[in-house]
Amino acid sequence: MSEEADPGIGWAGDASESGGFASAAAAPPLPPLRFGLLGGPNSGKTTLFNALTGLRAKVANYPGVTVERREGRVRVAGRQAVVLDLPGTYSLTPLSADEAVVSRVLAGDLAGVAAPGALVVTADACSLERGLLFVGQVLRLGKPTCLVVTMVDELRARGGALDLARLSDALGIPVVGVVGHRGLGVDRLLALLEHPEGWSLPAIPPPAEPAERAAWVDSVLERVQLRRPGHHRVTEAVDRVVLHPLAGTLLFGAVMVLFFQLIFAWAAPAMDAIDAAIAAISGWIERSLPPGLLADFLADGVVAGVGSVVIFLPQIVLLFTLLYLLEDVGYMARAAFVVDRLMGRIGLEGRAFVALLSSYACAVPGIMATRTVPSPRQRLVTILVAPLMTCSARLPVYALFIAAFVPAVQVWGPLGLQGLTLLGLYLLGGLTALVAAALLRRLVVAGETLPFVLELPPYRLPPPKLVLGQVWGAASAFLRRAGTIILAVSIVLWFLLSFPRTPAPAGASEAEAARHALEHSIAGRIGHAVEPAIAPLGFDWKIGVGLLASLAAREVIVATLAQIYATAEDDPISLREAIRRDRDPRSGELVFQPATVAALLVFFVFALQCASTLAVMRRETNSWRWPAFAFGYLLALAYGASFVTYRIVHAFTT
Amino acid sequence: MATTLPASAEPPEPAPVSTEETRPLSELPVGAHALIVRVDAAADPGGRLEELGFLPGTRVQLLRRAPLGDPAVYALRGTRFCVRRAEARAVQVRALPGEAGETAP
Repeated sequence: MSEEADPGIGWAGDASESGGFASAAAAPPLPPLRFGLLGGPNSGKTTLFNALTGLRAKVANYPGVTVERREGRVRVAGRQAVVLDLPGTYSLTPLSADEAVVSRVLAGDLAGVAAPGALVVTADACSLERGLLFVGQVLRLGKPTCLVVTMVDELRARGGALDLARLSDALGIPVVGVVGHRGLGVDRLLALLEHPEGWSLPAIPPPAEPAERAAWVDSVLERVQLRRPGHHRVTEAVDRVVLHPLAGTLLFGAVMVLFFQLIFAWAAPAMDAIDAAIAAISGWIERSLPPGLLADFLADGVVAGVGSVVIFLPQIVLLFTLLYLLEDVGYMARAAFVVDRLMGRIGLEGRAFVALLSSYACAVPGIMATRTVPSPRQRLVTILVAPLMTCSARLPVYALFIAAFVPAVQVWGPLGLQGLTLLGLYLLGGLTALVAAALLRRLVVAGETLPFVLELPPYRLPPPKLVLGQVWGAASAFLRRAGTIILAVSIVLWFLLSFPRTPAPAGASEAEAARHALEHSIAGRIGHAVEPAIAPLGFDWKIGVGLLASLAAREVIVATLAQIYATAEDDPISLREAIRRDRDPRSGELVFQPATVAALLVFFVFALQCASTLAVMRRETNSWRWPAFAFGYLLALAYGASFVTYRIVHAFTT
Repeated sequence: MATTLPASAEPPEPAPVSTEETRPLSELPVGAHALIVRVDAAADPGGRLEELGFLPGTRVQLLRRAPLGDPAVYALRGTRFCVRRAEARAVQVRALPGEAGETAP
């Protein structure tokens, strides 16, 4: 490596003509190229992929696993070329179905995915001693392979030196050095990609057995006279704090609280704006179209449905931006390290903690964030308990009932009974999640734990394009898969609540007419029908309708109760009063007795009442089996806990 | 000459470093350098540690432990890894004397 701007290119064996044939007009078109991009998880592979394909990649799923499939077109002179970005892996010997994807794709063993004809392997210049172990495995496949040594600028900055030509000679394959996030060297790689048929292959494949392969790597590096890089000063300094037993734990706590708070606070204005926009569009439709079925369907069914999908976007975008930023910088690995012991006790691992914490804002992005957990079983358990984390949609429900029924008394200094109740509900959800995870891990999704080995990469400032690309991928995946299901459920719910259309008795106010229609709708009849089943919990048919509606989304119960009690939704005080005073016409007793309220709150702590969560679960687990299981076990838990709560509180208050 | 140490929950007091005995990687004192002697295949399912470079003849250093002692950060082959005690037990090492002050990159 002589000059700064020229990472250099090394070539062993014959340097075949690359451009000449392709440009001759008389020559037949060359077959399309299919490259596989391989490399370790922190080797700059994704940045290189973006540099080659320019964010024009298509994202899909491999059959049967949750790993993403990313392919993109690359501009190679004179030929069609596609790059298949294979999941980052340390080794071709798989430990799970997800890891097996790489070796299966390479063998052409995965249905519908053509094996790549030539391979591009990335390795971080600062950790070649380990990276070349993987390269050695890849070379045994016998396909044309070239090595891209990434982050060569960092190697120089840390006082290391690497002769790429010698490395190419020693390995027997072409080697290119790049600085991915600045695009340096990529043009040389593209030139190389024009003619993979001309790439040299090693005379003897590297050894298969790990110990022998390590010896081979050592001899290669010796021959190349690699000057190893010194410490990364920034990483050393920062880790002194971050990994310190006390300071590190405190810092971790602060980062997590901040994370959670930002998602709550920063997403709120955008979500309010979206809410207002939805209301405005709904209103415009109702004014523009003649009153009737079509107007209602469009305004309350379609627009509200689309709105309930779009409303998640601010939280998802914000969460994933923070998540990917922390991950790409390298902090996430440290966070997982700090909290791993606790997580290990319940059968999960450090990275699952971040996903669960994100679920405190909303389970939808939290469940998507479980992708950072490599073990499929641990990821599944994390997904199954994420709904127990008290999400922000529960807040309007808690707020209504706590304000209506919990006395506003001071308990200790500034802490009031109402605030403590809210805190108690939050903690109940969180602790149950941990216990449920431990039980599920033992009873339902048991199995060998993947060895927990986590690399701590040096801290790096990620290129903005990388983070944007990752966030865009997550957001568009959500819209595509979960969005359609959420919209469908909203329309079905609208239907159940609106039909059959019963005209109100003469002289009724608009609010009373709404209540009448609701009572005689399909949903209302179902509410009456399930009343016997929920009576042991102290619930009546009105609560039944509310619960039914809230199966789509928790906060819907507030609007539904408002309709039932014939109050305007934006007049919460009178809804509060209405439910305080409501009495059962037959027995004369209060509908919302203390026991009922307690049971209802407990029900909301546990039950999975969110079509969006089910939709995302389906997307992340590739089947309906697990969302159905989650719904079932949480419903059983909710019913049981509610029942017990009702009985206990009832015994104490009568 | 292998010495079996009792499997205890807490790390024992770091014994005076001897170049003759082997001990599990999980029981190195913080900052110690060691040479890997062998990896117990039964305790390393799938051979993941070996694939990552935890191989006989490789130098490894224990950099620090997490709060509560588990997992720990090791430096080897120019990379830093967190490994849990359960997996680190599979690796038998021989402590290397006199370089406790230096940190591997």
